Order: sequence, then structure tokens, then C-alpha cells
Amino acid sequence: MWEYTDRVMDHFENPRNVGVVARIDGEGQVGSLSCGDALRLTIQIDKDKDLIEDAKFQTFGCASAIASSSALTEMIKGKTLDQALSLTNQDIADFLGGLPREKMHCSVMGQEALEAAVANYRGLPPPSLRGDVVCQCFNVTEEEIERVVRANRLTTVDEVTQYTKAGGGCGKCHPKLQGILDRILHKAPGNGSAEPLPAPAPRLSSLKRIKLIEEVIGSQIAPALMRDGGDIELVDVDGNEVTVVLKGSCASCPASKRTLADFVTERLRALVDPQIVVREQRS
Amino acid sequence: METIYFDNNATTRVDPRVLEAMLPFFKASYGNPSSMHHKGGEVGSALRQARLSLAALLGCEPHEIVYTSCGTESDNTALWSALRTQPDKRHVVTSKVEHSAIINNATFLAKQGYRVTEIGVDRLGRLDMDQLKAALTPDTAIVSLLWANNETGVLFPILEVGELCRERGVVFHTDAVQAVGKIPVDLGNSKIDMLSLSGHKLEAPKGIGALYVRHGLRFAPFMIGGHQENGRRGGTENVPYIVGLGAAADLALRRLPEENGRVRAMRDRLEAGLLEIPSTMVNGDREFRLPNTTNISFEYVEGESILFHLSHAGICASSGSACTSGSLEPSHVLRAMGVPFTAAHGSIRLSLSVNNTDSEVDRALEIFPAVIKKLRDLSPFWKDGAPALGNALLTCDDGGCQICS
Repeated sequence: MWEYTDRVMDHFENPRNVGVVARIDGEGQVGSLSCGDALRLTIQIDKDKDLIEDAKFQTFGCASAIASSSALTEMIKGKTLDQALSLTNQDIADFLGGLPREKMHCSVMGQEALEAAVANYRGLPPPSLRGDVVCQCFNVTEEEIERVVRANRLTTVDEVTQYTKAGGGCGKCHPKLQGILDRILHKAPGNGSAEPLPAPAPRLSSLKRIKLIEEVIGSQIAPALMRDGGDIELVDVDGNEVTVVLKGSCASCPASKRTLADFVTERLRALVDPQIVVREQRS
Repeated sequence: METIYFDNNATTRVDPRVLEAMLPFFKASYGNPSSMHHKGGEVGSALRQARLSLAALLGCEPHEIVYTSCGTESDNTALWSALRTQPDKRHVVTSKVEHSAIINNATFLAKQGYRVTEIGVDRLGRLDMDQLKAALTPDTAIVSLLWANNETGVLFPILEVGELCRERGVVFHTDAVQAVGKIPVDLGNSKIDMLSLSGHKLEAPKGIGALYVRHGLRFAPFMIGGHQENGRRGGTENVPYIVGLGAAADLALRRLPEENGRVRAMRDRLEAGLLEIPSTMVNGDREFRLPNTTNISFEYVEGESILFHLSHAGICASSGSACTSGSLEPSHVLRAMGVPFTAAHGSIRLSLSVNNTDSEVDRALEIFPAVIKKLRDLSPFWKDGAPALGNALLTCDDGGCQICS
């Protein structure tokens, strides 16, 4: 049995804002009957204030899909469109006290429906339908996968499936999904389609360089690790070699090597110097 | 709130008489049946008695039974024994609707270079006998088929398949985990070579299973060790559980008429009542089916949601929906039958037992319509008591969807 939080069960058993708003200013529909979950979100807008006056949903799906839809409507009512659009799928999951990893796609579905409804109000096509379809089974586009991968710092095809459903059907798109991950994680140097790295900082003096490394670790890397119960501390900088200690849940995490390689290295290379090598000192 | 347990194909309650029979073997009767003293002797005679009881339920000889830890071990033992004793044969035949114990072995064997044929089923879950006949070759080492499907209860024509395999000289194994105790089994008058069963499906505890191995069949042990089970399964006997399975077999044999009478009548009444809910259908052949099982699809709602609401009202059931398994696709059994995705996602399995009552069926028939209505009122595919399928985006009609086809 899934371990759902009390808040998930509350929103499942007593869903808020079910139905259709009195005046449909924007409408977003994601998912399908055959995919096993689908959400229709309607919003009513105070056009002077650009404010979501009312939001209602209809959902076909599992307990977490219904709870995520209910949570979404509670979170966006009374917000301006821009405030609402800044919500992430993680915010929806957090509102519910967390979702099982296999169910994260329910929170993504909520976010997509919101984007689609706002786009519909603004007379634009739904964002999740832009770009090439990568997963034919669940009709997921490359743009959508890339957005979710970046927003949730995903590193494996399994995670992509858990968050977007892409790759959960026939499995034929797994190589493509791996390709997208590789491109985002900069694992495919020399690949023509690889996105350019953010411009590295201009050549720095040793002191400025160390300070910048400190700053990137403190402001970008540590907070991300802390969200998963871990932490990182800078031990030494010697030329291009940066030595760190992983703490908390990172220290004993078998995935820590990958954390280092994929995330810490990627951030430091992108923001300080492409030549940086990261070493982990065992604490 | 009283529990209404309609999930007896998942597992059953241990009957108090079974537990009673087991308890002495956790206490005073702790001997090892192999030991040459009276503590071992008393245990040895209890094991012999238990074996007689199980043999009576199966209609076989006591020495044709090998105790295992579960149905999965029995399935693994049967499959690997057939392959090891016939190393020149490299072909395995099974079906598309097997339990994962067989399916995942078949996948593994295919990777090891074996040829695997999975026989299909029709819309009602019935085996394609013509395809089976055509699949058998001199290279076929074993045919392994479920007797009763765990999800739909549909029965394969196992006796007929046994005759066919014997004619063609192919070893035949059946996973009868769901069948034993629910329908009559008479192995002595069949051509079945091996049969798997599991204790916890017939009111014995979890952790005990058995494999019937026909007298004279070449056999290679899966668990290599001591001389226990005539050298066919090493490891000190799980004495209390074997005794428990014996007591459960005694009970099951006595209860077969009730299972096929009172339980069947309850199941039929429950099913008929549920079918009065609109946009509802039974999955599987209603004629050749276990007496205790029904698999019903409630279209336009999703199975996990149904289960949680049912559970809240006290009813325990299970579903073939994608969301309950953690995968993204609904049950392989329903897919092999060609059940539309719209219905597969909302499939619920109800499996009864002799412990259920008519008043439980009455209560379930009160609870179900409200649960389905509550979820359909939430569904974008339902409006004013009828399906509302106006939207192409929602119904995925563009043909791009590969899992539907």
C-alpha cells in the first residue's frame, strides 16, 4: 500500500473546488483516459487585477492525482497569474506533505494543467504540447521533459518516468530520454546538440577564485543538498582541484558519488571554471 | 467499522483450527524429524499425517508431494527441474497471463538463449488451444500454465492440456495456487506432471507451499542440500507450517461443496448487483471461472481511488489498475485479453471465501454505488449520470498511443 500523508488522504477524501467555474476564462486539460489519469482545470480571472478569482477541477485518476488537483486549486485561488505560474510541481507536493516518488507525475500534471489554463486565457497554445513528442505512449514532449528534469534535478531515466510518465509504456524512448539527460547533465561533450555552458567567469585571481567557489557551494550547492537532508563543506582548493566533505545523509548515500560528479562538478564548472575537478574527502 | 474481506485471492485468514494444529510444534514438539530419538519420531509422524492430508486434497500419493516455502519456489523448482533434466531441449511454452513467478522466469530464460512462446488468450481470457498445439515441438522442454487466473479467476482447460502434452511427450506443469481448495483437483486421474500450490491461499499461513511431482517424472532439486523430501528439497522441514498446511487441506477438502455452492451464490449475487451500476462490465469468462472471484471494471474511474474509498468503508479488494502496481500500465492479464484501457484502469477484483456472509454482500452493494458515484462526480469523463467524452485531447484518439494498441 502506498504511504500517503494525512494531507493527501484529506484532499482525496474531501477534495476542494470540484467542478467547473461559473465563467470559464481559461481551461487546461492534461492526461487522457487511456493514460490512467486526466485533469481538467478551469479558472475565472479578475481581468483588472490579473487575479485568479476562482479555480475548479475535474480529475480522473488515483488518490494522489485527485489530491494534487485539489491542492493546486487551493494554492492558486486569489493569486495573480504570475504568482500562480511561479508554482512548481514540488510546491504542490510540499503542500501535501510530500508524495511517493512514483507518484510525482501527479504533481507535474497539476502544474501542467495550470500552465495550460493560463496559456488558454492568454490565447496561447498549451506549453506542454510545444516541441517534439519523445514518448509516444504518454504523449510527452522534449520541452516538458527538459523542464521537469531541470526543475527537479533528475538524473536517471527511472526518475524521468516517475515525474513525467515518459518511458513508462513501451520503453522505446529510453535511449532518447537518456540522451536528453546526458545533454542536460553535460555528459556528451562534442555533441552538436549539446547546449552551451553558461559563460564561465573571466579569469580570476586565486583569492577571487576561491571566494567564488565558496559562494557557489554556499548559495547553490549546499541548499540543494540540504533539501535531501545532506550538506557539503569546502575543505581545500588547489589549482583546479576542489576538495569537499559530504555530510548528513550525503555521507552514507551510495548515490553520493553521482551527486558529486553530476551536480557539484556541473555547477562549479558552469559557474567558476570548466577545468575544475572535484574530490571528496571522507569525513 | 467491521472489515469486509473480499481479497482472498491475495491471501486468506489463517483458520483458528490450523493455528491450533501448528502450536504444539512451536512448543513441546520441537524435535527434528530426521533425529533418531523420540523427540524426532513424534514430529516425523505428524509430518507423515500432514502429507496424507494434502495428498487427499490433491488426489495423489503422499510421496509425490515436495514441500517448499511458497508458490513461487514451487514454480521455480518445476521450471528448472524440467530444463535441467532435459538439457538438450531449449523451448519453454507458457501464456501471456501467467503469475510473475513464471513470467519473469520466462523473460530470464529468453535472455539465456532459450526460446519462449507465450500463448495468447481471447477477449474472455480463454487459452488459444490452437496456438498451443502449434507451438509444441520436439524441442519443447516444458509447458507451464496457470490453472486459475489470479486476477480474473478464469480457468484454463488444464486436464485437456495435460492430455495434449502427454501425447506430444512434453512435461506439463500447472501453477494451481488459486485453484487448489476452490475447485476439485484429482491429480491421479490427470496427465499433469507437476503442480504448484501455496498454503496462504487456503487458510494456512504464509511461508509454506508445495510442488506435486508425478511418480516417475525425472526431477532435479532446486534447493540442493540434505536428504529431506527424499532428496528433492534440501533444508530442515518447516514443521509447524507443514502441519498447518495439512490441517488446512483437511478443511479445504470438507469445504469444497460450500465453496462451490454458498460462496459461488454470494459471488454471483454480488456481481449481479454491481453490474446494475452503469458503465460496468465483468472481465473474463463467467462460465469457466473460480466460484469465488469476480473482476469488474467501473469505466471512467480509476482503480486505486476506488480501493481507498472502499477501504475507508471497510471493504478490502484489489485492482488491476496501473496506479496500484507502481507501474504506469494496467494489468498484463487485462491487456492480454484486450480489455480497453478505459476499463482496465477501473478494474476491481473481489475474491470471496467461506468466511464471508450474505450480510457482507448486502453491505458491499450499499457501499459500492456511492463510491463509484463520488468518483464519477469528480471525473471529467462523466456528466449527469452518463459518460461525457466530448474531448479528443482527453480521450487520446489520435492513434499515436502505442500502449493502447
